[in-house]
Amino acid sequence: MSPAFGRGVMTNHIVDLKNTDVALIMGSNAAENHPITMKWLGEAKRVRGAKIIHVDPRYTRTSVISDLYAPMRSGTDIAFLGGMINYIIQNNLYHKEYVLAYTNASYLIADGYDFKDGLFSGYDAAKRTYDNKTWDYQYEADGTTVLKDPTLTNPRCAFQLMAKHFSRYDIDSVCKITGTPKNKYLEVLKLYTSTGAPNKCGTIMYAMGITQHTVGSQNVKSFANVQLLLGNMGRPGGGVNALRGENNVQGATDMALLFHIIPGYIDSPMNNAANKDLVSYLKAVTPGAAKLPAANMDEFRAAVAAGIPNSGYKVNTSKWVVSLLKSWWGDACTKNNDFAFHYMPKRDAAKNYSHIAMFEAMYKKEIDGLFVMGSNPVVGGPNANKEQTAMCNLKWLVSVDLWLNETAEFWTYEGWERPEKNGKVEQRNPKNIDTEVFFLPACAVYEKEGTAAQTGRWVQYRWKGAEPVGESKSDLWIVDELAKGIKKLYANSTLPQDEPLKNMTWGYGHGEEPEPIAVGLELSGFTVADKKPIASGFGSLKDDGSTACGNWVYCGQMATKPDGSLLYKPMNRDNKDNSKTGLGLYSNWGWAWPVNRRIVYNRCSVQPDGVTAWPGDDARVLIKWDATKVSDPLKPEVVGSWVGDDVCDCVKTAPPDKAVPFLMRPEGTGCFFAAKASFKEGPFPEHYEPWESPQKNLMNKQEFNPAIKVWEPEKQGKVEEYPFVGTTYRVVEHWQTGALTRNLPWLAELMPNMFVEISEELGRLRKIENGDNVIVSTTRGDIEAVACVTKRIKPYIVDGKEVHMVGALWQYGFKGYATGDPANRLTPHVGDANTMIPEYKAWLCDIRRA
Amino acid sequence: MARLMTNLYDVSKCTACRGCLVACKDSNQLPAVMEPFKGNYATHEDTNGNTYTLIRFIEHEDPVDGVRWNFLKYQCMHCLDAECMKVCPKKAYRKTEWGATIHDEDKCIGCQYCTYACPFGIPKYRTRTDTVTKCTLCYERVEEGLKPACVRTCPSGALTFGYRDELLQQAEARVKFLRANGFPRATIYGKLELGSGTNKIYVLTDTPDKFNLPVDPKVSANTWVWQDWIKPYAGWLIPVALGASAVSFVTNRLINKGDDHAKGGHE
Ligand code: SF4
Repeated sequence: MSPAFGRGVMTNHIVDLKNTDVALIMGSNAAENHPITMKWLGEAKRVRGAKIIHVDPRYTRTSVISDLYAPMRSGTDIAFLGGMINYIIQNNLYHKEYVLAYTNASYLIADGYDFKDGLFSGYDAAKRTYDNKTWDYQYEADGTTVLKDPTLTNPRCAFQLMAKHFSRYDIDSVCKITGTPKNKYLEVLKLYTSTGAPNKCGTIMYAMGITQHTVGSQNVKSFANVQLLLGNMGRPGGGVNALRGENNVQGATDMALLFHIIPGYIDSPMNNAANKDLVSYLKAVTPGAAKLPAANMDEFRAAVAAGIPNSGYKVNTSKWVVSLLKSWWGDACTKNNDFAFHYMPKRDAAKNYSHIAMFEAMYKKEIDGLFVMGSNPVVGGPNANKEQTAMCNLKWLVSVDLWLNETAEFWTYEGWERPEKNGKVEQRNPKNIDTEVFFLPACAVYEKEGTAAQTGRWVQYRWKGAEPVGESKSDLWIVDELAKGIKKLYANSTLPQDEPLKNMTWGYGHGEEPEPIAVGLELSGFTVADKKPIASGFGSLKDDGSTACGNWVYCGQMATKPDGSLLYKPMNRDNKDNSKTGLGLYSNWGWAWPVNRRIVYNRCSVQPDGVTAWPGDDARVLIKWDATKVSDPLKPEVVGSWVGDDVCDCVKTAPPDKAVPFLMRPEGTGCFFAAKASFKEGPFPEHYEPWESPQKNLMNKQEFNPAIKVWEPEKQGKVEEYPFVGTTYRVVEHWQTGALTRNLPWLAELMPNMFVEISEELGRLRKIENGDNVIVSTTRGDIEAVACVTKRIKPYIVDGKEVHMVGALWQYGFKGYATGDPANRLTPHVGDANTMIPEYKAWLCDIRRA
Repeated sequence: MARLMTNLYDVSKCTACRGCLVACKDSNQLPAVMEPFKGNYATHEDTNGNTYTLIRFIEHEDPVDGVRWNFLKYQCMHCLDAECMKVCPKKAYRKTEWGATIHDEDKCIGCQYCTYACPFGIPKYRTRTDTVTKCTLCYERVEEGLKPACVRTCPSGALTFGYRDELLQQAEARVKFLRANGFPRATIYGKLELGSGTNKIYVLTDTPDKFNLPVDPKVSANTWVWQDWIKPYAGWLIPVALGASAVSFVTNRLINKGDDHAKGGHE
């Protein structure tokens, strides 16, 4: 989403679903996995007469509450959405003023950019990568001002190139690929594109059914293009709404629980010349700064103050980075030592550190130890047989969990039981596993305090409801003890490489239990001189070492109360809706990043003039320009300000013609054409079949995503041997890998056994009856499960042939009251080209009666 | 009689999350009953002595509507003219002023006469107490001013609790809305069923048979009870039947169906 809008977040929030006219739920089983969304969609239905569309390979509990259900073969989302983009353009259904004012539709694209036979310009087949040099705009002679065509007729403008690119996605071609019945597809197109009318807003809700594919990022980009065309971004009831897989996934990504970023979504430094010192690093991560002549921080600071063309709001990156370094190394971070940049770990530019890569490395004995917290890869990791085997190569493993889950007990006899002998699958004997396993009992969420950031970016404080059971401890306590222990070990070291540890600031409270509010203060940021929180937000951060901030996106969540004590805004609990037209912003409940903005890109909720509502849509205006208002009494000379119920997502005092709608993008606009390094596989989404697919690619000559890394070519299943599409998913009764729920009798009894779902047609084909035990196999392994033969799954008619699907729950393992084989023993080690999110959702398998 | 208070269950809002089931078990401190998964999400075949309420998952398919998946929360309907009260030899049942049918375990001798008299087959035998049990409409919670546990938990708003007359009005409006929005056969259930209605109101998106509910529980009760309830519970009915002279017709029936004993009641 970041290449389209500038941030990779759910743009609206859960309550806002009530403001929608049409909700398109795709790649999500929201009723099961995000039950509370149903409450607000229900309200939209009742109060506004909203319609809900569900597009999914299966008819699920979400389909039940939808007005329209359309089946789609797993892994063909881009074909489905490409057809929608084409339909919108061909039938002139896009929101014209919006597209012109708020997107890069009019930008002219560099002459070298081209697309042929499924490949964009610049492909290197040997390396399976692109040189993205040509994925750029045309510039005026100054080299920075982009050429535009406001008539949108120039064949080289982004809009026309997009129209041409997707013109191949006509309805018949799409349905041939996706297996969606044509009449259903047309119904979806008609209903959803009706939100292109200026007085209508449509929301898109998606989850792991979209992202867990080899083309996951481009699936999301397709949503972005649809929503920008229909003018649905930055408006209540609209947005591209990523429903996070579990609570605090948003918080985890904010805090950089990913290998390629540091807190606040800034690329992490690498061990190459481009990152040799702070200034070089800042040039690399600040958009538009690469060619700045600045040789030191003072010069860089001056360049930032003067403004860097095509940088967007990220021109401030240096302030976020230096404040982060200051929060990590305190007094040891000074102007004279390059703000301790040399302390920062640098990742190997040639290496990948994602989940799959990590386990591949472990398999090759390149990793000695593993810390597993809140994770259970023996059940949840892709290609779980291989990952379990890889863990046997570890010297030590620390598992932190509520229960002894499958990962903590990966070495047991139980853990190596398989439904049948299969020479292709490695087996290990517990006798020969030398890994030393440490288990640290963690307490449950209700037994500890702290904040969690939910899917809609609301950071909410949670108080402790019960005392921890036995010796179990909070994660914060465990990490705190660990850090203190490590620091003690290195306290007397004189080696320069130990300085980062020795000098790392650490101190969250005074008692035995660390204090979450102390962590909150560090994340929110403070002025170094007086340790007072920076309440005004990241606009006040500095790159001279005078401010410290552990995560700039969280800046401003802490303030000082009149009595001098700390006001931690995630603790706010005012459940009054502050919006005048009943939009349900609830701005004083918790705190939303950035700067408590509830709906990002909200500049788009008014017309370009900044004062007029979109025709017929006064109630959904979030902010407006007030030309006479003075926003800062200390600066009475600055007249004119954005006012409204939400915090404006533009510079508060910038007049409408200067207040860009997508300020985190260098372009300042939403982007149909994702320029330069936005994506590994091209500026526009293109349909490729999944790595393992029953079908040749009907759209172009490339079978699967040409930019993905293929880890195990020999493990690619072929349709002759494995004729059916396999996919995985969850049920509401179990939570993630089931470690939490399969150990609770009341939940275990609701879904006591591992099962797979197949159509009645496939049941007949393989002589499987409802309730039979079956074996499902792929090149990676076999599992046993109970068959649920159901009317809710139908074969897809793909290019005239019947294609069958086997749907498997991935939440079972050999521990707990509800047990079964982990479906991930079947899934492949292959992932998205950009994020490396594994392909859990489309692979090839076979099924037979056990 | 005081103003009746009841649950409204609107199936069109229910997502079958089964939060209500767990809340019920928690509130009544009922142990889990593990039954293997046999191909239906419901897992449990029926309510039992330790499970007062369940969600049914019923698949339908026809050329017009395509596939439909109907959910139904079912439990004691708290009939206003309750059959169980009439047949219980020990007068273990009573009605609260506001309409809940309460069963007193201390009086119950476990004869299960109520089970087969009930048009919905709800009261179930529980071995550990040697009594029948069923949903209590959380009367203790209600009398303390709280909502029933299932209602309090329901995230989608499918369950509401309040005065029966008001809820009936809401239900009528809702049915009207549903009929105009894709569910032409939407209907209320529990308003007049069994003559005076039940103290649980359902809003259904289709006819009651599509939810495995008796269309006219009064008329069809006999056959329905016999076929669906006596037979599977024959095993534990024997001692009952032998001890209770009033039910000689049951014994006759059992002798004919002796081969079904093995299927005895499950808990
Ligand atoms: S809690 Fe509500 S939505 Fe969930 S199953 Fe029960 S009635 Fe349905």
